[in-house]
Amino acid sequence: MSAGATARRAAFVAALVVALTVVVAFLTFPVVAIFVRSSPGALLDGLRDPSAQDALRLSLVCTSIAAAIIVVVGTPAAWLLATRRFRGRSVVITLVELPLVMPPAVAGIGLLAAFGPQGIVGRPLGDLGLQPVLTTAGVVTALVFVAAPFYLRQAQAAFEAVDRRWLDASRTLGAGELRTWLRVAIPVARGGLITGLALAWGRALGEFGATLMFAGSFRDITQTAPLAIYERFATDFDGALGLSAVLVSLSAAVLLTVRIVGRGAVVGGVRG
Amino acid sequence: MRTLRRTALLTSIVALAAAPLAGCGDDEPTSGEGGTTATNVTLKVSAATSLKTAMEDFGGGFTAARSSFSFAGSDELAAQIRQGVRPDVYAAASTKLPDALHAEGLLEEPVEFATNSLIVAVPAKGSKVATFDDLGDAGVKLAIGSDTVPVGSYTRTVLGRLPDATRKAIEGNVRSEEPNVSGVVGKLTQGAVDAGFVYASDVHAAGDALRVVDIPDELEPTVRYGAAVVKDAPHPEQARAFLDALKGPDGQFALQAAGLGPKP
Repeated sequence: MSAGATARRAAFVAALVVALTVVVAFLTFPVVAIFVRSSPGALLDGLRDPSAQDALRLSLVCTSIAAAIIVVVGTPAAWLLATRRFRGRSVVITLVELPLVMPPAVAGIGLLAAFGPQGIVGRPLGDLGLQPVLTTAGVVTALVFVAAPFYLRQAQAAFEAVDRRWLDASRTLGAGELRTWLRVAIPVARGGLITGLALAWGRALGEFGATLMFAGSFRDITQTAPLAIYERFATDFDGALGLSAVLVSLSAAVLLTVRIVGRGAVVGGVRG
Repeated sequence: MRTLRRTALLTSIVALAAAPLAGCGDDEPTSGEGGTTATNVTLKVSAATSLKTAMEDFGGGFTAARSSFSFAGSDELAAQIRQGVRPDVYAAASTKLPDALHAEGLLEEPVEFATNSLIVAVPAKGSKVATFDDLGDAGVKLAIGSDTVPVGSYTRTVLGRLPDATRKAIEGNVRSEEPNVSGVVGKLTQGAVDAGFVYASDVHAAGDALRVVDIPDELEPTVRYGAAVVKDAPHPEQARAFLDALKGPDGQFALQAAGLGPKP
């Protein structure tokens, strides 16, 4: 190797290191700022506010319900998408993934047009007394809408990665389709499923725009933690920072879980 | 061949997505058109949500500079200024917020440039609320502004003047506390609530969708709009000209055309 080539390679590596440094600094800085902008005491004081605790509790309840709905309905749906080839499959996949790239305001408008009091489905729902707008059910509706694609996408990929031979072996040994799915496919794909669930939950935890438009903001009913942060930032910046710190910590915990579970899944053979 | 087609598809998708953006860009320079003065200066105006119609109308005819608006709750805009954001002009739906920022040394002397009235708005068709007294009825759903935004603070002033039992009945019917007045209007026009406390100008802007239910005179709060040039504004001279024009015939005409009241 000539001296020129070595120098070029060193310059290239240096450029890569600079790029990564910039990326890390830029992405980490706001997160760090949340924690250092005010004293830990002020952060905790912000959290002692009962309405802040209500908001956090409501967030945990709503995201948990949304996650449960997403798993129960999304897992079989993802299995179908992963294992069957049918006409219009790619159209279905595109439709399912669309909320991933949809602006939250568009999601809010869409939810209102569909499930709002004057919406296509919302009007009959209202006649039945089941109108979700401005209710906790409305929050869950918004969360499921924006978060479900994260799970579906990940679950589909995880199911697609399951080795066909294991499924065939299970069937050869006399297990039915349902049993094969429950006892072989799901356990093998669990790493991917949990990753998808964590991502969906994280997205639901941060949901703001669609919730505000569709469910409104009312303490203990529809005011989730992001809405409470928004309400505070004008008058109580420390309080907003305190709640933000909790959400950042929760999100970090979720990501960490995903990493650990993901590593376990490789050992468990999902990549096999 | 296949790659080619894919590239073409991608290109058209990108073009499609970019088209509306390009459209926005084209519109921008027109706002200051027709003026004789150089309009290279773009004035940044942070204005209360309830000023949207009036300000856009007025800004289009203001020739000393191009004006670009940021509309949000007056409290949010004030918080941005406290966090170091420097627009040229701050226009709020109260005098309290500009006065406070002035006292903190963040604004020049505020001026009052408009009034408005707080009213109860109901959907034009089929509301359960016909008069102010209906607001506390069982089953009525209400939206109000959160207590940090002026419209919410005026609403609380009204409620505070009511007898305890009436006030509690009305408060018990509140289903959403919105971060700004357009949130309340949105909940009304979508039929999510039966009534909401908004400004008279909002009903004006909503066309036929909303109807006014008057608040009894003895409860009505004074709604005055204050504005000021921001200290260390990038374009203080044009900002002062903007405020002068806002108080002048052009500004007053635009404000009243949008349903606001004249300067006090």
